[in-house]
Amino acid sequence: MNKLTAHELIEKSGKGEITAAEIFNSLKKRIKDIDSQVKAYVRLADSLDSQPEPANTQLPLKGISVSIKDNICTRGYNTECCSKILAGFKPPYDATVIRKLKEAGAAILTLKTNMDEFAFGSSTENSCFGPTHNPWDLDVVPGGSSGGSAAAVASDSAIMALGSDTGGSIRQPASFCGVVGLKPTYGRVSRYGLIAFASSLDQIGPITKDVRDSAILMNAISGYDPYDSTSINMDVPDYTKSLGMDIEGVKIGIPEEYFVEGLDKEIKTIVQEAINKLKSLGADYKSVSLPHSQYAIPVYYIVATAEASSNLARFDGVQYGFRAQGVKSNLIDMYKKTRGDGFGEEAKRRIILGTYALSHGYYDAYYLRALKVRTLIKQDFDKVFEKFDCVVTPTSPTAAFKIGEKIKDPLKMYLSDIYTISANLAGIPAISIPCGFTKKGLPVGLQILAKPFNEEMLFRVAYAFEQATPWHLEKPKL
Amino acid sequence: MAITKDTVKHVAHLARIDLAAKELETLSRQLEDILDFIDKLKQVDIKDIAPTSHILPINNVLRDDSPRESLSSGQALENAPQKHGNFFGVPKVIE
Repeated sequence: MNKLTAHELIEKSGKGEITAAEIFNSLKKRIKDIDSQVKAYVRLADSLDSQPEPANTQLPLKGISVSIKDNICTRGYNTECCSKILAGFKPPYDATVIRKLKEAGAAILTLKTNMDEFAFGSSTENSCFGPTHNPWDLDVVPGGSSGGSAAAVASDSAIMALGSDTGGSIRQPASFCGVVGLKPTYGRVSRYGLIAFASSLDQIGPITKDVRDSAILMNAISGYDPYDSTSINMDVPDYTKSLGMDIEGVKIGIPEEYFVEGLDKEIKTIVQEAINKLKSLGADYKSVSLPHSQYAIPVYYIVATAEASSNLARFDGVQYGFRAQGVKSNLIDMYKKTRGDGFGEEAKRRIILGTYALSHGYYDAYYLRALKVRTLIKQDFDKVFEKFDCVVTPTSPTAAFKIGEKIKDPLKMYLSDIYTISANLAGIPAISIPCGFTKKGLPVGLQILAKPFNEEMLFRVAYAFEQATPWHLEKPKL
Repeated sequence: MAITKDTVKHVAHLARIDLAAKELETLSRQLEDILDFIDKLKQVDIKDIAPTSHILPINNVLRDDSPRESLSSGQALENAPQKHGNFFGVPKVIE
């Protein structure tokens, strides 16, 4: 049962053939059998007791369990961002997406997945609980930062999952694990209760086994929320209505800057085949230019770290989480020791980089300059979308890399997000779907990007491709 | 640009983070690499370009100034590492 998609389970549940408890028990068994190898989960509730009455067959999610990244607040249930500094934190409220999932009839929301600490990373190696392993090859990373959610979905120890994406943290792990990951338009999904990393870039989104499940989960979590002043008050379409529409005449732009040095040859070939497939399904494609692409990573590592340094100021050992012991005399010393002991290596690196970029004398040279180049990156996309319906690229320049390969070289790790970061800077929606495998048997992802609030185009193109290819049906051998 | 250990130490103080001697060393080297990479942005002509701090066409979102339900002080204090009565407990600030 755990191997089925959410839409297959919803259908069975609607007919009364299965119950929420049966779905949950099959997940529990699968987790028990394989998660000691994959380590996708950091925390599990072991009973249905504390949950709302599930399996109301009138509701869209009909008793489906949704696994949740450890940075999304669940009331009364530990939410720690896989950081020592938030050890023991039990949020006094639910994130808006959690409330919406409950209202949509989801059953269990206390399966918490591993992540890079505070979502800082591209491999899930920066977790205080240790790394997650890729179900396709346990020696390689699942990607990150939502690596636990992606690995859980790929290994059938989750039906569907939520991740968060600040620079590719949903799409890159989805690509590495051979599943579907969507970053919605900035403002489409409420960030209330998502523990903030970079507030102008963060979005919560679905990680699922196929495109239909992605649309179903987006239907459940999207929409305006008065508790998030950056969520937009616009009608949410029924995303499942975009599934099955043909892609005849859809205009696809292929950015030339994404197919240059740095892109693995094998990935390039697989992605080109995927583009040909889209053409054979009726789409037209043309080469386009996004001339400021090469500046996306430097802009990101200023903007994201600057925002992070400010957001993470709240972790000071006073209101919640960890406090270093043994400092009784001085408040500042208590802050410094708590933060020095409580944050991991990458978190300290980013806070210090961000603080530097915002500090006196450097603000104009780094932060303000980065915000201006961000404008140019956004304008590149605006121009392309005047003539094209979507843009298609590889999700990542390589397939998943070995655990330990990049962890000692932060800059090298940052470069693995080269194709995903621009969507966050421009605020546009983007999806990664499986499009093939390398010779070593590792999944490859295809990224589709569209205009703000045009997730429907992503679903339309992604579903047409998925239904015409076998990649989403492959399962790792565990 | 050279990032000295003293610079990292100063910034770490601003960020209220204690760093061990070894961390200072590693971080100054890594920050230098990262900032060298970021210096690429100096190539871009940004004359007359407005900054983008967020991409939405909205500003100054306000709500009615009316009371609404909020956490009780008990709930707000539930996660505190140290508390005194209805207050968060911290090391003494005033001599």
